[in-house]
Amino acid sequence: MSRVAHFDRRSFLASVAAIGGALALGFEIPFGPRAIHASSFRREITAWIVIEPDETVIIRVAKSEMGQGSFTALPMLVAEELDCDWSKVKAEFAPPHENRRRDRVWGNMSTGASRSISASQNDLRRAGATARAMLIAAAAARWNVPDAECAAAQGVITHLPSGRNITFGRIAAAAADIAPPAQVALKEPKDWTLIGTRQRRFDVPDKITGKPIYAIDVQLPNMLYAAIVQCPVFKSALKSVDETKLADMKGIRHVVKQPDAVAVVADSWWRAKKAAEALPVTWDFGDNSGVSSATIRAQLHAGLGAADARVGRSDGDVDRALGQAVKRIEADYEVPFLAHATMEPQNCTAHVTADLVEIWAPTQDGETALAIAAHAAGVPPSKVVVHKMMLGGGFGRRGIFQDFVRQAVLIAKEVGQPVKLVWTREEDMRHDFYRPVATARMTAGLDANGMPVAWKIRTAGQSIIAAVSPRVMQFGVDRNFLQGLLEDMPYDVPNYLVDFAMRNTHVPVGVWRSVNHSQNAFFKESFVDEMAYAVGADPYLFRRKLLAKKPKELAVLEAAATHAGWGTSQPQGVFRGIALHNSQNSICAQVVEASVATDGKVRVHRVVSAIDPGHVVNPLTAELQTESAVVYGLTAALYGEITISDGRVEQANFHDYPMLRLAEMPRVETVIVASGGFWGGIGETAVPPLAPALCNAIFSATGKRIRSLPLKNHDLRSA
Amino acid sequence: MARLTVNGRAHDVDVDSDTPLLWVLRDTLGLMGTKYGCGIAQCGACTVHVDGTPMRSCSLPVSAVAHKQITTIEGLGSNGALHSVQKAWLDLDVPQCGYCQSGMMMAVAALLKDKPSPSDAEIDAAITNICRCGTYQRIRAAIHAAAGRRVSGMSSQ
Repeated sequence: MSRVAHFDRRSFLASVAAIGGALALGFEIPFGPRAIHASSFRREITAWIVIEPDETVIIRVAKSEMGQGSFTALPMLVAEELDCDWSKVKAEFAPPHENRRRDRVWGNMSTGASRSISASQNDLRRAGATARAMLIAAAAARWNVPDAECAAAQGVITHLPSGRNITFGRIAAAAADIAPPAQVALKEPKDWTLIGTRQRRFDVPDKITGKPIYAIDVQLPNMLYAAIVQCPVFKSALKSVDETKLADMKGIRHVVKQPDAVAVVADSWWRAKKAAEALPVTWDFGDNSGVSSATIRAQLHAGLGAADARVGRSDGDVDRALGQAVKRIEADYEVPFLAHATMEPQNCTAHVTADLVEIWAPTQDGETALAIAAHAAGVPPSKVVVHKMMLGGGFGRRGIFQDFVRQAVLIAKEVGQPVKLVWTREEDMRHDFYRPVATARMTAGLDANGMPVAWKIRTAGQSIIAAVSPRVMQFGVDRNFLQGLLEDMPYDVPNYLVDFAMRNTHVPVGVWRSVNHSQNAFFKESFVDEMAYAVGADPYLFRRKLLAKKPKELAVLEAAATHAGWGTSQPQGVFRGIALHNSQNSICAQVVEASVATDGKVRVHRVVSAIDPGHVVNPLTAELQTESAVVYGLTAALYGEITISDGRVEQANFHDYPMLRLAEMPRVETVIVASGGFWGGIGETAVPPLAPALCNAIFSATGKRIRSLPLKNHDLRSA
Repeated sequence: MARLTVNGRAHDVDVDSDTPLLWVLRDTLGLMGTKYGCGIAQCGACTVHVDGTPMRSCSLPVSAVAHKQITTIEGLGSNGALHSVQKAWLDLDVPQCGYCQSGMMMAVAALLKDKPSPSDAEIDAAITNICRCGTYQRIRAAIHAAAGRRVSGMSSQ
């Protein structure tokens, strides 16, 4: 009835790399013949576009949709150059297995780091321009006129001298036979008519009517349901299971043992869950059952004074400059592990037969899902089909590590029937890949003019890269851990040093909305405020001086301050805090207005975010993402904390890992300052500055400097 | 065996009596719009109407709702038309990932039935569902918009 399925981590990572997983960098999108006619059932005009005789324009989307709006914004990039009628456009996901079969014609499907637009905009615009050229060439050939005499607009091609015209739908079949041009010219940004306009999201109608669009909604004939219990202590193993206890429970079909988990498969998920919770399981907790938040904290704090730190950036001579400074300030900061808590818990449906492995998954990277499924099933990747579904949230949880895919495939392989694996919320909370713990020691030296001449930053914490891909580390330091503090540090301080003492724990870590930026922005922006107050300067004007050589950052800071009314009067008891941070190749400044009641309760009234992402494709989704990022950052700042005891996570569900709710929602205002000339991300950029802007407002309100998060652990009651 | 009336249709379901209504709706009746989020009545993604009252179906055993009238997101509109709350959600592009929104709209529809023009304080008290994407600002605006639509719709009759 059961057997242990073996899992070899090294070969798993190798197979992911071979297929081209989340870490694959750089790709070329071919528009040549192999991209054309590769699909026999539909007439493509480039791999991205299908135009139906009824004028429907189907645009393929390679990235996942987890709420960030890529399913709408990415087709806009194609449609801008295609010059089709936007009201006729429909989006569909490009299948990962077809991408593999067709030499990755749709490129890298990994969806994260806020780069869906920035990493694919050039290819998508080229696809649109290429298809437009092919449509025009087909029309010109039909009329026997030069291509140059024809123009496309709103899905209609017109022969300008004669006024003859034909719709895309009527010429599409002929256009599909045209050889794509080797070179196409893209429009200048000033000529864009669709990019930069507010467009309704394609995914909303299904999402307001309860359509079964998520992986957790998949239903298959003869499908069974699985619930899983994973070893509560990370990196330890299953010893034994007493299956006899399930003998009297109805509907139980299989107990599937995995190296670090046990799954119960039943004819309903409720029965599977009840049985999984009732099942007596013995674990081998290994060496980590003594680890706690206190031991981890001591481990990190030891790193603040350790000799093994690696330098990330060093300008001038920071120690000499500190020695000569008129004023010196120092402070230690720390932040906890955080869970992603996607609203849709981890799940995957799998069907493993002799010929095919088929999965339905909430994946941020369908190609990695495919590689994991192939490895788990022990079949070549050509035998795997991946159905990408809408995600009930992602935030980095479902990209690099797709443990739920591996588990579902192993279970389905053993069961021989389709199986839907759904994690309980408790399993989801306790088996995440958490935002890493981090701590920083900040030291600054200020001169007689009140400006910093030296800034030393020692960080210590857990490295994501060490777990994912140690070879990515450059110059022996995890530069990823120092995001926002390296060349992307916006402030000019002549003597500057940042280094990192890596302190890894047994707790799994991963990318959490903005990766390491949210930690580093809290350290950096809180301490810049400390510098300002140390010299009696206004925090906004102090930052302005530090940004004298950074016109783009200065413009964003000014936009936030001006919009918020920095320096103007505010309601009694309400105080402002400000912060600026560069991330995902975008710039964000925020002003938070908050009050602290005499009982210590923090209330955030208003958050103004100014963002410069270079170009903005869909201002609507840019605003939505900024609102979302503010809530994500605010939830973390107020409440977010995963703690460890006896080697395991203490929190279990939303009662002890609380989320911001509607009653606490501040007014959120977004100012898009799109300066053009570059393509930055928007999905994460407003997360990092939120916590420091809030804590700076709290300092203004109470005189209490917050140097650790979350705020719920601080006593802010009036004396 | 329990008899339920869901979206106006009677069903006899053969499930364990302690099975939460959520799983009967999803896995027995195939109505997937009602979502599992926490299983402990915290997040509200599973909100449905039981005899018109918003209830968190993840923590409601099927035995407790026998012979009651249950409405899910699939039955919120009528005759193929969207409910005023759904229309407001559409007009204001409320959903992002969308996973919590069925429960959110069910909670809001019940609120508006009870209080056709709720104040912000009444909205705060009544709508305690969790949205991890943080769509709350648009939710509040959409509630007011739906309330306005309801009022104008009534006045035009």
